[in-house]
Amino acid sequence: MTAMPQTAPTTQVYRVYIKATPEAIWAALTKPEWTERYGYTGLIDYDLRPGGAYVVRPTEPFKAAGAAQGREVPDVVIEGEVLEADPPRRLVTTFRMLMDPDMAAEPATRITYEIKEGQNGVCSLTLTHELDGSPKLAALVSGQLEDQGAGGGHAWILSDLKTLLETGKSFAN
Amino acid sequence: MVTYFSRVPTDDDLVFKALADPTRRFLLDRLFERDGRTLTELESELDMTRFGVMKHLRVLEDAGLVVARKSGREKLHYLNPVPIRLIHDRWIDKYTERHVSALVDLKTELESEP
Repeated sequence: MTAMPQTAPTTQVYRVYIKATPEAIWAALTKPEWTERYGYTGLIDYDLRPGGAYVVRPTEPFKAAGAAQGREVPDVVIEGEVLEADPPRRLVTTFRMLMDPDMAAEPATRITYEIKEGQNGVCSLTLTHELDGSPKLAALVSGQLEDQGAGGGHAWILSDLKTLLETGKSFAN
Repeated sequence: MVTYFSRVPTDDDLVFKALADPTRRFLLDRLFERDGRTLTELESELDMTRFGVMKHLRVLEDAGLVVARKSGREKLHYLNPVPIRLIHDRWIDKYTERHVSALVDLKTELESEP
């Protein structure tokens, strides 16, 4: 790549338009039977009330793939705390990535999901990630580490989520 | 009666139209360098009226390439890479991607030689 930013910006905003109901999008964000089917395929577990825990665990195939690369995958790959939960419109949590020790040492970041209903059954899903003081995680979620096999970050996840909700298929199958 | 296949503009059309303008690509490059800028900041980098820059930002927002977000009294503009990612994911699969990125790396390396 030629024009990489010198420092990753501290807030990143992503928006995708999906032909699905707000309830379907909410379920795809918050239920493990959905989250294992797109993006990084983690098993999500939210206690959806302020102060509730937020945890993402790896699937067995994900652990096996990590082991094949000589990387031990922890039992919890992402942890955080629910700050606001207003189904199916708004979800705010803190977010710490534990897959990598350098990222785990960075301060907790903050993620906001907003779902808005538009015309013709299309909703917008906006993800805002506040990443103050967490440049390593910022690089990962912006997709800058994709060449190193770290996945394409939020844009890649949301693209896959849209494909899954609209076609029933994801990149993996 | 003969009915003709009519083309309805799609989201992709909006993205390609938005990208088919050097000023708008310049604005996206500025946001790629540093995200979350105000209209005043973006305007200062262009030899163009405030109204002109607003019009271009509007086209980028309509295509989903820029998302504006209020922060206090300021309106900040963020580059949204998702529409470009969707185009990428539609035409470049994970097998061709390695060849493509190898060629892009080669071009970058050759062109950066002194």
